[in-house]
Amino acid sequence: MKIEAWLKSNTFHHSAFWDVMQAVKEKERQNLKISLCIPTLNEEKTIGKEIVIFRSELMERYPLLDEIAVIDSGSEDSTLEVAKAFGADVHLASEILPDLDARTGKGENLWKAIYQLKGDIIVYVDADIKNIHPRFVYGLVSPLIYRPEVKYVKAFYDRPLAFSEKQVRPSGGGRVTEILVRPLFSLFFPDLTALIQPLSGEYAVRRDVLEKIPFPIGYGVETSHLIDVYNKWGLGAFAQTDLDQRVHRNQETRSLGRMAFGIMQTFLRRLENMDKIKDLPEMGKTLHQFQVRDRNYEQVQFEITEHERPPMISIPAYRKKFNRGEAHES
Amino acid sequence: MPESFEEILSMLPSLRGQCAAVREILLTNLVMVGEIPAPTFGEKERVDFLQRRFSECGLQNCSTDEVDNALAVLPGESGSQNILVVAHTDTVFPAAVDHTISLQADIVRGRGVADNSLGLAVLMTLPAALERANIRLQSNVVLIGASRSLGRGNLEGLRFFLGNNDMSLRAGVCVEGVELGRLSLTSIGMLRGEITCTVSEEYDWTRFGTTSAILTLNEAINRVLEIPVPRRPRTSIVLGTIQGGQSFNTIAKQAVLGFEIRSESRETAHKIAEQMQDITDELSSRTGADAVLDVFASRDPGGIAFSHPLARHTRAIMNELGITQRIAPSTSELTAFIDRKIPAVTTGITTAENLNQADEVVYIEPMFTGLTQLLGILLAIDGGFCDED
Repeated sequence: MKIEAWLKSNTFHHSAFWDVMQAVKEKERQNLKISLCIPTLNEEKTIGKEIVIFRSELMERYPLLDEIAVIDSGSEDSTLEVAKAFGADVHLASEILPDLDARTGKGENLWKAIYQLKGDIIVYVDADIKNIHPRFVYGLVSPLIYRPEVKYVKAFYDRPLAFSEKQVRPSGGGRVTEILVRPLFSLFFPDLTALIQPLSGEYAVRRDVLEKIPFPIGYGVETSHLIDVYNKWGLGAFAQTDLDQRVHRNQETRSLGRMAFGIMQTFLRRLENMDKIKDLPEMGKTLHQFQVRDRNYEQVQFEITEHERPPMISIPAYRKKFNRGEAHES
Repeated sequence: MPESFEEILSMLPSLRGQCAAVREILLTNLVMVGEIPAPTFGEKERVDFLQRRFSECGLQNCSTDEVDNALAVLPGESGSQNILVVAHTDTVFPAAVDHTISLQADIVRGRGVADNSLGLAVLMTLPAALERANIRLQSNVVLIGASRSLGRGNLEGLRFFLGNNDMSLRAGVCVEGVELGRLSLTSIGMLRGEITCTVSEEYDWTRFGTTSAILTLNEAINRVLEIPVPRRPRTSIVLGTIQGGQSFNTIAKQAVLGFEIRSESRETAHKIAEQMQDITDELSSRTGADAVLDVFASRDPGGIAFSHPLARHTRAIMNELGITQRIAPSTSELTAFIDRKIPAVTTGITTAENLNQADEVVYIEPMFTGLTQLLGILLAIDGGFCDED
């Protein structure tokens, strides 16, 4: 599929889906169940507002969502208490599939949500969004409801609704996207450059896709999803929705360095598995950063290993719970 | 429908439980409306949201009007009488500042949450609260998000509605986010305006006062402070805002004082305004600077008596709910009702901190008492217990 054609047919603005009642009717007609997963780690300042708004607007006013679950990595603040107080189902990732070896990371929470939640569609929304609004869910879920061929809908942000024809305004992602991921995609997967913000933490996906793809548990989860879904189903399986502005806390450049390091590990591993590059040497697992203290330069080292969870369909407990047969490559 | 006012009082404890059950709807309405900026004369986006909300509740006659009010009618069983519930839509904050609201277990924080996003949230939540409490009023309840209320708005929204509809209104209730316990029955006379001092681009160093608009305004302020203010009728001059100049090292070309004259007597307020006019005229003629008085908003004193059935029953409802009363006159929407001789009260919904600041905070738990108070007042009006003989 050509990028231009895909941009035209599979890129939406959330305002196209303002009629939530219509989406609810169509969802009910298809007998779909939709689950919202909010992965958390110390998000007490923003989690309450997200839950109140989604519960009130998208469960009670318009029953688009069938469940809202917080899956937590072990918050030390009052995230869990606040989430419970506002009526969310709260789960510790470590208590889901507890017989598996212990892992910690956002990707782990997202992966375990596939087992824990019951939806045919799971929509993931990060917990640190200050300007949360129902559009963050209905804007992502609606393309899946109305377009059966779409399997994976990604959010992007901050594009003006109207500007003069002569004005060209760059539209893109954050620093890691523009400096690392987009150049890598341009080199190896040019079609995927059409996704304006490949690292955005908000996306809605069909269960029959989620259960068939592996999940890096750390920084690489979004990048790996895009590559794996693209490989199995092609660009046509994706859609993206403009959700206008997303207000969240900014990360320091040093944190972004760690993110980029994790993404590189995931990316290179995939290139090797796909025979796009050969004979990769043993890669380091330590990110070296530097800081100055009392006029002395010192090294700060971070051990970052991007463990991956296998496709959920390969987990016997999951197959039993959801009455699935053995995994088959499609 | 309650047979007696005592029956209404006895219903209040269980009503509070019903009000607490709409917590999520109330908080969601508060967050969603509060994050839409609404400076005075720039309320349209907020009003459109309000109108959509009214429509979604299944209210009738949902509309906006030419001064950007949002209106809707919750039809009563008989519909022979009308009760007006109003909250102003505008805030003191400009559109460009961050309107993000944060929600914690016991508080909501953000610009304008108290004044008056919470009042609007209550308006939008009222149909759900009445439904949850299984209350079906006989009277129609007319809900209005009134725009152009603050500052230069001069209550234009509500005044427009009251002046351009043919509904017979039994009573009015003005809903303010804060402060729970507030009860306003009367309006004080008020004149609101600005003194603007301007010096020309080419000033003459030899002429007194014209070297800076700030100096001229300072002279005006000193003269205003010399105006004798009577103790009876109670009167005050509030110097509320001051702006002027561009930088440390340039002479200020313009300086503006914002003020209110408040008095229990209309005549006294107007007499003081005349004296301020004399001061600005004299300054202009003596200094060569341009001093202009602009009075752009006014309220006439008036209201219902402390013993009026609406006042008496509202106080009884507050007592029954354990709300400590603070009875004080108002210069808000109440005045527009008073001008039209419609009995009305202003009440607050919850407790708050940092009013009209960036970190304005409202407390969640008292909101349900405030909402119950409103339901009690509506039941009392609807039952005819607040009508004067």
